[in-house]
Amino acid sequence: MSTMQIDKTIDARGMACPGPLMNLIGAIRQGQVGQVFEVLSSDEGSKTDIPAWVAKARHELVEVRFDAGYAHFVVRKAR
Amino acid sequence: MDETEKPLSMVLFSGTDDKLNAAAVLTVGAAVMGRRVNIFLQYYALDAFRACRITKDHNLAPEATPDQAPAIRAHPGNHWSELLRQAKDVGEVDIQACALSMDMFHLTKEDLDPIVDGVEGVAAFMTSAAEGQVVFI
Repeated sequence: MSTMQIDKTIDARGMACPGPLMNLIGAIRQGQVGQVFEVLSSDEGSKTDIPAWVAKARHELVEVRFDAGYAHFVVRKAR
Repeated sequence: MDETEKPLSMVLFSGTDDKLNAAAVLTVGAAVMGRRVNIFLQYYALDAFRACRITKDHNLAPEATPDQAPAIRAHPGNHWSELLRQAKDVGEVDIQACALSMDMFHLTKEDLDPIVDGVEGVAAFMTSAAEGQVVFI
């Protein structure tokens, strides 16, 4: 288990690609620099799309963890 | 300019929901990754962007088999018009109606959904599309 403090969790399980990524982008745009967001996604596309977008947008992918049927993506808003 | 930063220019010709959805997903992907997207609406795609019927059923492409069609219709993703709105919200997406197709269907800008930014000729589209690839759907 992660001990990092999560400021906001986005439960996007069941959403189709690119829904979870779009929800993350929306949350990060509204958040403050330094805040940590967690996205729960069962969409296979998220496994590649969320890391690709986080790198491109120059935020920080803190952790990716796989659970039964879904993944946790923990992202820190870096700018 | 790096290939990954060049604009993506798409000519939308087909007006079926599956092709429009595929184009909208590509638009979202390009927009979130920082690429400008130029969309040019022709023929049946333009007709699908009429304000009065944008969210109505536009059927599927002829290649959708009776076995595939129910899975496509049952998929829970957002409507293509909503995906395009999201793409415009997060990135730089310009949607232009082809002046020739507007004329063919006797349409004015007011007949189209507000998601369409304007009407232009093919030469103007080609100017916007000068860098990067042009995709025809």
